[in-house]
Amino acid sequence: MGSAVTHAPATEDLTRDSEPRHGPVKTPRPAALKRRRRRDNLAGYLFMSPWIAGFLLLTAGPMVASLYFAFTDYDLFDSPRWIGLDNFSEMFGDPRWRHSVQVTLWYVVVGTPIKLIAALGVALLLAQKRRGQAFYRAAFYAPSLIGASVSVAIVWKAIFSDDAAVDRTQQFFGIGAGGWTGDPDLIIYSLVALTVWQFGAPMVIFLAGLKQVPRELYEAANVDGASRLRQFWNITLPMISPVLFFNVLLETIHSFQIFSSAYIVGGGAGGNACGPADGSMVYTCYLYVQGFENSRMGLASAMAWMLLVAVALVTAVLFWSQKRWVHYEEGGR
Amino acid sequence: MSAQATDVTPAPSTRGALRRKLPGSLAWHIGSLAILAVILYPVIWVIGGSFKKSEDIVGSLDLFPGDPIISNYTSLADGIADISVSTFFFNSLFLAVGSVIGILVSCSLTAYAFAKIRFAGRNLLFTLMIGTLLLPYHVLLIPQYVLFRNMGMINTYTPLLLGKYLATEAFFVFLMVQFMRNLPRELDEAARLDGCGHFRIYWSIVLPLCRPALITSAIFTFINSWNDFMGPLIYLNEPGKYTVSLGLKMFVDQEGLANYGGMIAMSLVALLPVLAFFLAFQRYLIDGMATSGLKG
Repeated sequence: MGSAVTHAPATEDLTRDSEPRHGPVKTPRPAALKRRRRRDNLAGYLFMSPWIAGFLLLTAGPMVASLYFAFTDYDLFDSPRWIGLDNFSEMFGDPRWRHSVQVTLWYVVVGTPIKLIAALGVALLLAQKRRGQAFYRAAFYAPSLIGASVSVAIVWKAIFSDDAAVDRTQQFFGIGAGGWTGDPDLIIYSLVALTVWQFGAPMVIFLAGLKQVPRELYEAANVDGASRLRQFWNITLPMISPVLFFNVLLETIHSFQIFSSAYIVGGGAGGNACGPADGSMVYTCYLYVQGFENSRMGLASAMAWMLLVAVALVTAVLFWSQKRWVHYEEGGR
Repeated sequence: MSAQATDVTPAPSTRGALRRKLPGSLAWHIGSLAILAVILYPVIWVIGGSFKKSEDIVGSLDLFPGDPIISNYTSLADGIADISVSTFFFNSLFLAVGSVIGILVSCSLTAYAFAKIRFAGRNLLFTLMIGTLLLPYHVLLIPQYVLFRNMGMINTYTPLLLGKYLATEAFFVFLMVQFMRNLPRELDEAARLDGCGHFRIYWSIVLPLCRPALITSAIFTFINSWNDFMGPLIYLNEPGKYTVSLGLKMFVDQEGLANYGGMIAMSLVALLPVLAFFLAFQRYLIDGMATSGLKG
């Protein structure tokens, strides 16, 4: 939900044991071992019980319910009525749905690369050890914490409206085109600008990755007379590719789910629209309109599942492409 | 692109190398300051704007007004739609603190099980937990709403808090698992030999050592809860129960044009707790972010 927190990589597994395979004491007798194992199983599930309850009640159960709703007509008041694939055919035939897909894809395709390039560029700048580095790092990170708030969306709307700062700057350069937030074609770029403004979160992750590149590699490259550009391309990029992969995955998935800022900058879905001529009607805004304003819970569930499929596809493609460009060090880090 | 190698070689000893380094340093600071200006512009804009007359806020390019006024702030004392602004703050604070407590308890228990107990099915559950990290929240939005509605919990804070007490925020579980795995094994192994049960180890050994991870999780939870807009938008429908985010949205809808200055002032006031947390704890936040991207 556009939160400040990015999530963790999914490539982790639990192959590392938290306990030594052969303990410091003599191997216990089988009976004692069995007792201990039983006790560990019990303790494990006891400690896990909140999570298990939450998983069943708030994740797995709702997912099954949502899948069922997707094939029904459900308005919250009458019980769901099975209508087969009607929601999906209505969805695909709906020009507003197609428009929202288009707006969202454009937002993801334009916003994510710019944000990540900015993040990497600034991370490379900050990776140089100079005075004030920690200050800049903190300052650049701050927008990621407040960027998802209603306050910033309100400020954004103001800055990008007619005759406000951005418009005036454009007028100064003779390319005044009016405020972005009032223009159906431009409003989405004000949202792109808002996400790029929050480049700090991926930047911090890039910085941590850059710190782990062994200095000897650059020293050896210097001896060989490799240019800066070559060093970046042949050393830096491959070495940080796992971090780059992580950032691409997370930022892309997050971008698909943009809601609050589009809803506020677009003026809210009050009156059933988002932005001038639906200019900022991103996918989740339309989902909200259909589900909570038009009480079409079945249709909205079908839309949510399409979003899940899209996100799953993107994730799968990224993971598949991983072996072509992501270099993991032997033995893992 | 061939003479720049001097930049990278450590400790330039000659004066010539030092002189060649200076322009680089200057460029670095100019670049950083330029980015800083772009980053800070909206923040300075909102601070300046909150002291301007409503009609001057959008059009005027001056960051700070010649004759600052405070009526934007005093107008907030009248409240929004007859509800005092402090009500929204209290509601947000209640939810944020409630969320922090829930996350700290439930996620640390779950993380302890993953990191320190070997039990049957652990790897499967861990994979499921990681899977929920990538799941778009919107798939759960409607069925969860239907569930809470059937339980008569619309317009209560339960839907916004329950998940926090059931460790559904997998990110924090993951963060704590990573931290706990890196604690020295000898400690809990020794405690076990002394006859400590898992709960004792969790409470007396692991939790105190996990303080940095707990602090990071607490701050992120507070900020996320404070900023959350979609949850309250869906579950709360009585203005007296609104959070700051919803109150602000109501302000925009009802008085936005009439009292533009008040809206800008309120936007800034709503940000203050997050900014304060950031200033106080930025090291924990940034370190927490950095470790989440790196394994182990």
